[in-house]
Amino acid sequence: MRVSLFVPCFVDQLTPKVGLATAKVLKRLGHVVEFRSAQTCCGQPSFNSGQWDVAREAAIRALGVFRGADVVVGPSGSCVAMMRNFYPELLKGTPHAAEADDLAARTFEFSEFLVKKLGVTDVGAKFAKKVTYHDGCHALRELRLKEEPRQLLRAVKGLELIESEEGESCCGFGGLFSAKFPMISTAMVQVKGGALARTGADFVVSSDPSCLLQIGGWLSREGKPILPLHIAEVLANDA
Amino acid sequence: MDNSKAIFLKEATVNAADGVQRAFISKALGGYYTNRDLQKARYRDWERARDAASMAKWSAVNDLANVLEKFVKNFERNGGVVHWARDAAEARDIILKIAEDAKAKAIVKSKCMTSEEIHLNDALEKAGFGVVESDLGEFIQQLRGEAPYHFVFPCMHVKREAISELFTKHLGTAPTDSPEELTMIARRHLRQLYVDADIGITGANFLVAETGQISITENEGNARLTAALPRIHIALSGIEKVVNELDDLSVLLPMLATAGAGQPMTCYNTLYSGPRKKGECDGPEEFHIVLLDNARTRLLADPEQRDALHCIRCGACLNVCPIFKNIGGLAYGTTYQGPIGSVITPHLRGLKQWNHLSGASSLCGACTDACPVRIDLHHHLLHNRRNAAKESPTLFDRVFHNGFNFVIKRPWLFAAGGRIFRASLPLLQKLPLPYMGAWMKTRDLPKAPTQSFREQWKHDHV
Repeated sequence: MRVSLFVPCFVDQLTPKVGLATAKVLKRLGHVVEFRSAQTCCGQPSFNSGQWDVAREAAIRALGVFRGADVVVGPSGSCVAMMRNFYPELLKGTPHAAEADDLAARTFEFSEFLVKKLGVTDVGAKFAKKVTYHDGCHALRELRLKEEPRQLLRAVKGLELIESEEGESCCGFGGLFSAKFPMISTAMVQVKGGALARTGADFVVSSDPSCLLQIGGWLSREGKPILPLHIAEVLANDA
Repeated sequence: MDNSKAIFLKEATVNAADGVQRAFISKALGGYYTNRDLQKARYRDWERARDAASMAKWSAVNDLANVLEKFVKNFERNGGVVHWARDAAEARDIILKIAEDAKAKAIVKSKCMTSEEIHLNDALEKAGFGVVESDLGEFIQQLRGEAPYHFVFPCMHVKREAISELFTKHLGTAPTDSPEELTMIARRHLRQLYVDADIGITGANFLVAETGQISITENEGNARLTAALPRIHIALSGIEKVVNELDDLSVLLPMLATAGAGQPMTCYNTLYSGPRKKGECDGPEEFHIVLLDNARTRLLADPEQRDALHCIRCGACLNVCPIFKNIGGLAYGTTYQGPIGSVITPHLRGLKQWNHLSGASSLCGACTDACPVRIDLHHHLLHNRRNAAKESPTLFDRVFHNGFNFVIKRPWLFAAGGRIFRASLPLLQKLPLPYMGAWMKTRDLPKAPTQSFREQWKHDHV
């Protein structure tokens, strides 16, 4: 299959290894991977801030960027939820509505694409570590993905998956919320990050790099011995 | 900055930093989660029950005028008196007039959030009427001189020792740390008040149009005494509490109990069918209902958020909300706390003054999943944000988002800006910048890579 990568803007700039790992896994499975460099940001920061006119422009631009792509795959539940669920809402009643629905149907979160679209759970990865999984809220509640990433992790050779307390609790990132209401956001990551650290896992894995920014940032500041890792990075590991 | 927002930010900052209190609230809710899940598991299909409950409310709310008319007709046929109140002031005036006409001396009240909404106690006290809360939690909050912390569990934040001290101070009782003993103290104190009261004021969980009855759910039996013993019973209810048929309660009552408190059913579910009739030996002589709009029709006129009127005030969305759990109910400064409060307060009391509540959310969606009547809570927070940005855009948001848009429209500028951003990140982290500084106060940013994804990709694929 020809896969067009959807690399979130902050992954592009801050954690490019997540994008590279996503491409690596897809290529290993025999797919052709392209990256359309006209893509930038999906517009979610503006959408969540109520600036829907601005977000609508970003959405229309993204429709153009991914026009003609067979499937669009992104390593972020949050950014994919923006395209899948919120582009159609933003563009409802405009001349772009049909194309937004069409893009929504062709866009997949990475773990979802592997398990639900390709029917693959074992991607031939090895990772002899203890990991705990953090469900990003957008993946869990907007895309309804819970088992898919776990199925992938359980198939990784040597990997031990430990569930945490506060399993479905939000990490407190919420995009600009984390900077506009830092005291609430911090209290939330204390609850979530604390529970993740108590599992004794070596890594906290998630399909959402934005949650990992928040959780990893707090764990690092608190000096907790558990590191953030994107699920694509785990699955890319085959040595 | 608006006063309500300033108070919210101050309270939220203090409470979010109070680890001891947060742990207390979290522990208090721990038992609820266990019981709720146990009870949910007893439903053949909880999701279908949510559909049915939501449909029961949807069909009433979307035909509100007719369903209300039917309720009123049947309520009057039962011998009750109906009063319509457009807003809080009208509702207060109606109740004050009934109290004055009856030359009432003492008033007893069971749990009624709508009365908090219209600040009824203040009005009654100012007019010289003594009013006592008969729900234990509300009674404690009344003694504390504090608004309810949670609209179902009003004093969930108060420790047992503090309640004992409060009773010692106000009622002169001996200190005790036994919950049963504390309950008995309040009960002994309240019993005589029911007997002495001229008027009992209650809320209503549901108004049944088919029969003209009002349904009240409670765990303590205090609402029954409040409604039955005094000479006059006044029920105060929002107009959205009406349902079509008695049969609707067969799904709404158990779901209210399970979603709200993790119970199979609340201990007492009573249908009140009008004043004492000829030949009956008990019940009030007069039975009034005050039907309150207070901007609910404004919400009704909004097809996008109309489903917020489905709310049965179970409190499930508060119980699962990480914002509520970490900042506490009093920080909201509203009658209705938590996600539902953040959704409806801007409609009831003004978007400009209350939009910050919609902003103070990570949009995690736990509330929407918990809602037994399927209110699209977290998406309505987004809708409020959109409406607020349109109605009264802030300069910062306009500059920030239009600036950001200018950059992301131009991939070359985004790439160049990204390079500069990454190169200057070590310096930026040291500067006291707004927002970024707040982020960095408690969290580290990852070390910025030399090359962005697009730069590495280009390098690998040329």
